[in-house]
Amino acid sequence: MAASLQRNLNVVEAAAPQTAPKQSKAAVPAVRVRGLTRRFGEREVLKNLDVDIAPGEFVALLGASGCGKSTLLRILADLDREMVGHVEVPVRRAVAFQAPRLMPWKKVWRNVVLGLPGRADKARALAALEEVGIGHRADVWPKVLSGGEAQRTSLARALVREPDLLLLDEPFAALDALTRIKAQDLVGELWQRHGCAILLVTHDVEEAVLLADRVLVMKDGIIAHEERIDLPRPRDVADPHFARIRGSLLDWLGVRHGTHGNA
Amino acid sequence: MSSIATITIRPGAVERRAADAKDDGTLARQRIEPASAAGQGVPRWLRRLSGPILLVLLWHVASQTGVLPGEVLAGPSTVIGSAAKLIGTGELQDAMVISLGRALAGLAIGGSIGVALAVLAGLFRLGEDFVDATMQMLRTVPNVALIPLLIIWFGIGEAPKIALIALGTAFPLYLNVYAGIRNVDSTLIEAGRTLGLSRAAMIGHVVLPGALPNALVGLRYSLGIAWLALVFGEQINATAGIGYLMANAREMFQTDVIVVCLVVYALLGLGVDFTVRTLEKVFLAWRPAFSGT
Repeated sequence: MAASLQRNLNVVEAAAPQTAPKQSKAAVPAVRVRGLTRRFGEREVLKNLDVDIAPGEFVALLGASGCGKSTLLRILADLDREMVGHVEVPVRRAVAFQAPRLMPWKKVWRNVVLGLPGRADKARALAALEEVGIGHRADVWPKVLSGGEAQRTSLARALVREPDLLLLDEPFAALDALTRIKAQDLVGELWQRHGCAILLVTHDVEEAVLLADRVLVMKDGIIAHEERIDLPRPRDVADPHFARIRGSLLDWLGVRHGTHGNA
Repeated sequence: MSSIATITIRPGAVERRAADAKDDGTLARQRIEPASAAGQGVPRWLRRLSGPILLVLLWHVASQTGVLPGEVLAGPSTVIGSAAKLIGTGELQDAMVISLGRALAGLAIGGSIGVALAVLAGLFRLGEDFVDATMQMLRTVPNVALIPLLIIWFGIGEAPKIALIALGTAFPLYLNVYAGIRNVDSTLIEAGRTLGLSRAAMIGHVVLPGALPNALVGLRYSLGIAWLALVFGEQINATAGIGYLMANAREMFQTDVIVVCLVVYALLGLGVDFTVRTLEKVFLAWRPAFSGT
């Protein structure tokens, strides 16, 4: 698969930061958006947007509430076609939302394989749940899951589809701080293993810098800034480079912050 | 009555805290008892039963002392005797089977029509336009008022009785199933779309299960109305069933038999309600709602 091949290139890159291979592959991007405009009534939420995501690339989309980042994600997920412009996405894509959106009337494992062709394959569901660390919860109703477990189930449900593009819409926003850190690590690991392109929509700068190859800052419906993160993985929040990138992104978001001077 | 965790408020608790603290320098405290301590002693079911038992006792005493004459209302002992006699001859069982059969037949017909129309109106815009306005209009007609028309259409046999029950039960199921389908969580529909569900799979895996809680509420209403319609329907020249027993008893001023029939109606109603609640327990086990424990 082109996607997995590209992923391997990215792993090599992580050691020696160099963007050349990615640029050459950009000829066949996983996501290609050109001149995308979305209006809600008079208001233009997305203004003539151009975005590319390479196969296997991890892109974080940062922005304040209402900047249009979720609108872009919904368009890429084919949940919203009231738009103007050119959008190409992989056929195999999956979404994890801020709320886990599990079907409450289906046991956890049935939720995971819902929508896959053929009979519900429990072994496949179990493997996916095992991968996100909650294989033991396969046979319970979603109502008894904790927030973190439900979100992991939602990730398992997305990954069992072996997507070429995984869309994450603030998947950690509703989790408590400790659970969020674990979930972020998990997403990082899963990405390394599956090699799918990821678009992570978030308003958490640290999360974006921690996970992404590239961070897009969205403001008033346009991509106001693009930052390539060449820090080696796993990344350290305490690293001064990390802090500098975070500071610059916060500036782009128009937020003053105390730690900026430390970098 | 209920097993809510209770607090034993000792002297010197909340309200007097400030004063106490000033008076003797000790901290006002309250003891929080474990929940299991509440309602110990008399079991809850026994406490719940004490009301009805007391009522029957009063009734018995009133009958025995002549305060309540037999022509007005037979005493419990007479009623029990009549019930035993009716059971002995097999009359009561036969009547129950026939009445229950009518209720279930009416419910099956009316319920199927109600659910089918609700699915049609809930899932398809065209169905909604055709069906919903019509149903909303028809449901305002009190169905008991249709009895004369039903008799003209169906005669005085079984058909008008079952038709009356069917008419009564179709509407609650229609309204609730339709509302259930329309109120399915739209975020789950979206999730289903991102999972690549076909239209049929979306209906089977998302829409209909989502409408199930409402459907069962509708079933409960329908059963209540089925019973009511049964009582009315059996007044139409019945030759068998509980209503027939009652009509006969009325002719002969047998208040004891009338009471037996009333009790049987009540017990059948309770039995059916219990069945629906069991269905809810089985089919709605996934629901995170308060379970009433």
